[in-house]
Order: sequence, then structure tokens, then C-alpha cells
Amino acid sequence: MFETLTEKLQRVFKNLRGEGKLTEANLQEALREIRLALLEADVNFKVVKQLLEGIKEKSLGQEVLTAFSPTEQVVQIVRDELVRVLGKVESKLRFSNDPPSVFLITGLQGSGKTTSTGKLARWLSHNGHRPLVVSVDVYRPAARKQLSVIAQQIKLPIFEGAAGETTPLELALGARREATQTGRDVVLVDTAGRLHIDDALMKELEQLRGALHPTEMLYVADAMTGQDAVRSAEEFHKRLGITGVILTKMDGDARGGAALSIRHVTGQPLKFVGIGEKLDALEPFYPDRIASRILGMGDVLSLIEKVEQSIDQKQAIELQQRIVDNEFSLQDFRDQLRQLRKMGPLESVLSMLPQIGPLQALKGAQVDPKELARVEAIINSMTYRERLNHQIINGSRRRRIARGSGTTVQEVNQVLKQYAEMRRMFKSLSGGGMKRKLAALMR
Amino acid sequence: MIQTLFGSAPPKPGLFERLQQAVEKTRAGLVDRIEDLVQGKKEIDAELLDELETTLISADVGVRTATEVLEAVREQVDRRELNDAAGLKACIRERLLEILKGAERPVGAVSDEPEVILVVGVNGTGKTTTIGKLAHHLQDGGKKVLLCAADTFRAAAIEQLEIWGGRTAADVIKQRPGADPSAVVFDALQAARARQADYVIVDTAGRLHTKSNLMSELEKMRRTAGRVIPGAPHEVLLVLDATTGQNGLEQARQFTSSAGVTGIVLAKLDGTAKGGVVIAIARELGLPIRYVGVGEKIDDLIRFDPESFIESLFKTSDTGR
Ligand SMILES: Nc1nc2c(ncn2[C@@H]2O[C@H](COP(=O)(O)OP(=O)(O)OP(=O)(O)O)[C@@H](O)[C@H]2O)c(=O)[nH]1
Ligand SMILES: Nc1nc2c(ncn2[C@@H]2O[C@H](COP(=O)(O)OP(=O)(O)OP(=O)(O)O)[C@@H](O)[C@H]2O)c(=O)[nH]1
Ligand SMILES: [Mg+2]
Ligand SMILES: [Mg+2]
Repeated sequence: MFETLTEKLQRVFKNLRGEGKLTEANLQEALREIRLALLEADVNFKVVKQLLEGIKEKSLGQEVLTAFSPTEQVVQIVRDELVRVLGKVESKLRFSNDPPSVFLITGLQGSGKTTSTGKLARWLSHNGHRPLVVSVDVYRPAARKQLSVIAQQIKLPIFEGAAGETTPLELALGARREATQTGRDVVLVDTAGRLHIDDALMKELEQLRGALHPTEMLYVADAMTGQDAVRSAEEFHKRLGITGVILTKMDGDARGGAALSIRHVTGQPLKFVGIGEKLDALEPFYPDRIASRILGMGDVLSLIEKVEQSIDQKQAIELQQRIVDNEFSLQDFRDQLRQLRKMGPLESVLSMLPQIGPLQALKGAQVDPKELARVEAIINSMTYRERLNHQIINGSRRRRIARGSGTTVQEVNQVLKQYAEMRRMFKSLSGGGMKRKLAALMR
Repeated sequence: MIQTLFGSAPPKPGLFERLQQAVEKTRAGLVDRIEDLVQGKKEIDAELLDELETTLISADVGVRTATEVLEAVREQVDRRELNDAAGLKACIRERLLEILKGAERPVGAVSDEPEVILVVGVNGTGKTTTIGKLAHHLQDGGKKVLLCAADTFRAAAIEQLEIWGGRTAADVIKQRPGADPSAVVFDALQAARARQADYVIVDTAGRLHTKSNLMSELEKMRRTAGRVIPGAPHEVLLVLDATTGQNGLEQARQFTSSAGVTGIVLAKLDGTAKGGVVIAIARELGLPIRYVGVGEKIDDLIRFDPESFIESLFKTSDTGR
């Protein structure tokens, strides 16, 4: 719907293919487009300003190479700059030498703290820890109940408070005592949502921090946040010294420019990303993926990872080898379709695709499971030899396949075309320079 | 003074004052910046217009809407209808007001009682809390309200609504967690009829507008409501978090297409976020803003009125200096 940055820049640079240098003059309009793209992605306007300076400096004087269009060069510079600001992959958490370690989970109302507390507890327990959770949200209706239900779902203990323990501080201290007694090594403290300008409630967090000496002070932020992200994050950081950020609700279509804003004003790493309401929907934070996403370049790497997760490893390695050897057959194509069906709601998979480039057509495509079943039926009607070598499928074979699968020749042609396309794509991906090609594909 | 003399409790601030308080931050941000820009300059030049654009964008109004507003202003400057910086401000106010007023819609007439209000939105925006506050607001007008716990998915969502039911002394119709939301809607509307409620407010689970299966669940709830009470739901409120950026527009678009949104509630306006995306929504989708949420307490809900919203947005800068 919106023109992507790449498309805009292509327009800007259309007269500049393979000649000269990028100059102040020919960059000016490009920078304006970059600015708009970042603003549309909800990056804070002050942060945008600073980013643009860096981008301009790095772009000026660049030779416009014949092989790459200036658009590609500039987009690469922009992307690298975003990745640089977003920092490294740092989903490591800090633990105390004297367990239990305490993690405080903080943030604005409704950002996803309670859910993230559950997700993190689950993640920790899968990584060899023995977490105990506690809710000190004594304000919001049913907030503590919410965490108990979640604890039950992930089968982990929760500290519900002993008699007389009613204040946030009493509850948190009670949980720490309980953790010591029962040998739990991490206490996750879910706090009530609060506004950064609510002095009384911010003081409460300062008090909790003073009494508990948390090793992690995590700030949970909603990926859909707009320009105000800088103010709230800055204030939480100023008062509490946050040690990391969890960016939630990244399973939607928000560009997530808030990630840049928050990282910029706090200097603290984004550690995890929430990608769903379920308690396993937590991922480490990958700067390059978010950078692509902010620029509307899709999240191909997440997509690939998702595919990887749902297919069995051995099969995956074999498949990879066949792709590299250019032996990706219709048989493999069918296996892929079956895998695809296993991956769950296709919309969520497809929404990760970039908005441009060869995969664009797939995005927003209404992939109906029936359609997949039909494609599978067509491949099923082929002989084993046909599946291994699509080139032998001539006109009469196509008619036979159509009859066998209860479809039309046109539909068979369509499937073969899709397959050929996929094969071509894989071919261009394999054989060295994988990463660069993948990056190119994302545009 | 009079209050001290008569020893009365301070009166509840009037609607206008509260709205003004609520948008104070918005004003402080948006208007002061415009004011600052305007004060330093008498002439209108490209730089000033650019800075004004940034100002609107920083209030989450969005690039497109900001550009459109500024384009209109630029034209007037070109035609020399506008030549001083002060006139520029009035012109921007006019244009913003025009957008909001253009989206005003009366609430549809209800032929068949009770009136059904479906409350929808992405996760964590403030739906359940808004419902508690709205129930209270409607009861203040002497109406009988019944609540429907159709968020059967999120942990303790039903309990949360029940507590609001307790606070407002409104009946809550519920089933067990995991039940079909449409079935709860069905039950609630039947009960509302039997108990002669004036309003049924339906709490739905938060859902991202990109999840088509969850969006069709809303469509099903709508259909169910319409089968029990012709014309229902009469009002579909999209609760938007004031901190939301440009994604708000897509939220409004998708929820309108699946759930038939008829109005917006802008929650959490008591923070520093400006909620400017509602202007973009009004412009592009013509959706009116019905209420504003300004806190977590029962009476922290205010009726939205474009006139006073924009008025209070510009109030201080007109009289205060
Ligand atoms: N789609 C999606 N929803 C999420 C994610 N994380 C949390 N949510 C949902 O967001 C809503 C709010 O989450 P909570 O965990 O209750 O948020 P909170 O910050 O604890 O809220 P308060 O305690 O009221 O301030 C719930 O509907 C969650 O299911 C996520 O990564 N993706
Ligand atoms: N400051 C402030 N907080 C609010 C306002 N409205 C709601 N909240 C808080 O925001 C958080 C989320 O509110 P809920 O009503 O649970 O939101 P929801 O949309 O029902 O959430 P889900 O059902 O999980 O999608 C809670 O902590 C509320 O107390 C408001 O107007 N101002
Ligand atoms: Mg919570
Ligand atoms: Mg709710």
C-alpha cells in the first residue's frame, strides 16, 4: 500500500545509475525519503534526525558502482546504521552470585509485563533454571490471579503471599525468602503497570529496587508505541536504571520503530521479543531482523527460522543439500507444502515476508488450506519419476495429472510454474554469497 | 474561596476542565512547540513549515496527515492569504478541527432494546477497564447495564471483568475459560432482554488485527448478536492506546472491516502520549472519537468532543500569553 523505501529511492535515483558519486545534491531527496520512512515506522523524530546525519556522512562520496544501483547501496547503509544503533544480540541475562537472583519486570500499563513474566519463567526453566514468580500488582483487578493462571499453565511455582503480606514490598521479600527456602534460583517480580509521570508509583519501584537489588531491571515495551516511546523509556531508565528491554506484540504488523527509539535513549540492550499471546512466544532479539522490518523489508530470517523449527532437522539438512545441488524436486516441494501446513496459521508466516521483492506476491495472499490441499493432490497424481524430474511433464502427462487430481490443465500448469519459480529462487540463493543474496532478496 | 467559606468538598472538575487536564501534555507538547516556532518568527518560510510538520509528526499525527494539513496551509501562503506566523497557527487549528468534525457521527438509533456495545481492540489497550468506566458512566444517566465476559481466552480476563461488575453493581454474564465467545454473547443478550437491561457491553479478548482467524471470530460474535437482537451490535467501540503510533491506523482499518467499528475510545491519555493518530484515523476512515480514558479509576472516562478537544489544545496559547 505504502511505497517502500526501496521503491522511493529507486525513483529518486532513477537518473543516477552507474555514474558518478553520491553528492549532497543528489542525496538530499533520498534523505528526505529515508526520514519519512523512519517516521512512518514510528522512530522518534529526534532519533531520526541523528540517524540521518550518520547516514548522510556514510553515503556522501560513495562511488555509484555499476553492479549495484545507488538505491541498493544507500539502503544497505541505512540498514547497517540501524543495526549499529540497535546493538548486538544480547539475550543474556545477569544472575547473582548469591542466588536467588531477582528480576524486576516493569513498564507502562498493558505493555505485556505479566505475560512476559510467564514467558521468561518458562524460558528460564527450559534453560536450566528454577524460577519462582510473584505478582506485586496489588492494584489492577485480577492482576495477581492472572499470573497464577499463567504459572499453572507453565507448571511453575508462584508465590501467592503469606498472611499479612499485602504490600508490593512485603510480597517481593516474601517471594525471595520462599525462593531461598525452596531452592529456586531466580525470582521474577511482575509489577503493576504505571505511567512514567506517576511519581508515587515510580517511587514504589525505586523502593523495590533498593530492597531487592535486582540483577535485571527489565522494561517491557509495546512494539506499537509511537513517538512517546522515548519519554517513557527515558524516565524509567533515569529512575530505575533498566538493564534490558522486552519488546512485545511483534507478531503484528507494527514496524517497531520504538525499538530504535528506546535503545537510543536508554543505551540498554533489547533482549527479547514477544511474538504472541502464548507462553512460548518469546524470541531472542535480532537487530538485523528488526532493522529490516523497520524499513519494511520483511523478516525473512524469522520466517526461515520458523520453518526450521517446524521441520525435522535431518530432513532439513538433506533438503538444504538438495537445494545446493539444485536437486529440489517436486517431491521436495510437496514435502514443503506439508511442512507449511504444519507451521500453523499461514497468515502469521506470510506476514513476515518482505513487502517487496520476489516474495511480495505471496504477502497478504489469502492462502486457503484447501488451495494447499489441491496443490498437494496435483503432485500426488504425478508419477515418482515426474516428481523427480519435472522436465518430462509434457502436455499429455499434464492432462493425465489434471484428470487424476480432479483439477484442470491450467491448474497443473500453475503448480509447475510455482515450482519452477521456487526452484529458481533457491538456485539463486545457494552457492556462496548466501547472505548477500538473501539480503538482496529481501528488497 | 467560596468553597472554604462553605466548607464543601471541592466539586468534581467539569468536563471541560478534565478534558483540558487530559490533553495538557498534548498541549504542552504540540501547542507550545507551535507557539515557540511561531514566536521566534514573523515570516513564513520553508523552514518554518518543515518544523511544523515535524511538530505534528511528533504528536503521532502521521506523515501523511501532517503533510496534508501543511499542504493546505502552504497553498494559502502561496495565495498570500496567510502572511504572518500567527495566522498560520489558526489555520492549522481550523484544519485539524475540520478533520475531527468531519468524522463526527451520531450514535445510531436503537429500535430494539437493549443497546449492544461491542468493545474491541488489540491486546492491552484498555478495553476491560473502559467497559468498567463506561458502565459507570451509563448508570450515571440512570441506565441499567449488563456486562458480557466474552474474553474467554486471556488468563483471568473473566475475573477482571467481574471485579468491574462488582464495582459498578452490574450483572456479569460469563461462561468458563475457553468457551466460545459467541455463545457468551448469546447468553448475555438473552439475559439482558429478560432482565430488561438498557445496555449490554461486551468485553472481547485483545487481538492483533493481522490475525484473520481471530478477526473472523469477531464477525461471528457480531452475527450472533444480530440474531438475538435485530440491529445489534448498535455500537462497536475500538479502544486505542494513546501511546500507539502509526499502527493505529491499520488497527482501525482492519477492525472496521471485520467488526464494523463505529467509534473510537482513546485510552491512557493521562500519560504524555498525544494520541495524534486519531486525527489520521478520522481523516482516512471517518471514524469519530467517542470517549477519552484518563486514568484507571471508575470515573476516568470523558466524552470526547472535537470542538473542546481542539479548543483546549490551543487554549493556553491563545489566552495564556
Ligand atoms: N499478540 C501478542 N499479545 C501479547 C504479547 N505479550 C502480551 N500480549 C497480550 O497483551 C495483553 C496485555 O498483556 P499483560 O501481560 O496483561 O500486560 P501487563 O503489562 O501485565 O498489563 P498491566 O499489568 O495491566 O499493566 C494481553 O492480552 C496479552 O495476552 C505478544 O507478544 N503478542
Ligand atoms: N493510565 C491509564 N491506564 C489505563 C487506562 N485504561 C486502562 N488502563 C490500564 O491499562 C492496562 C490494560 O487495561 P485492560 O483494560 O486490562 O486492557 P484490555 O484491552 O482489556 O487488555 P486485554 O484484554 O489483555 O487485551 C491496565 O493496567 C489498566 O488499568 C487509562 O485511561 N489510563
Ligand atoms: Mg500485569
Ligand atoms: Mg481485557
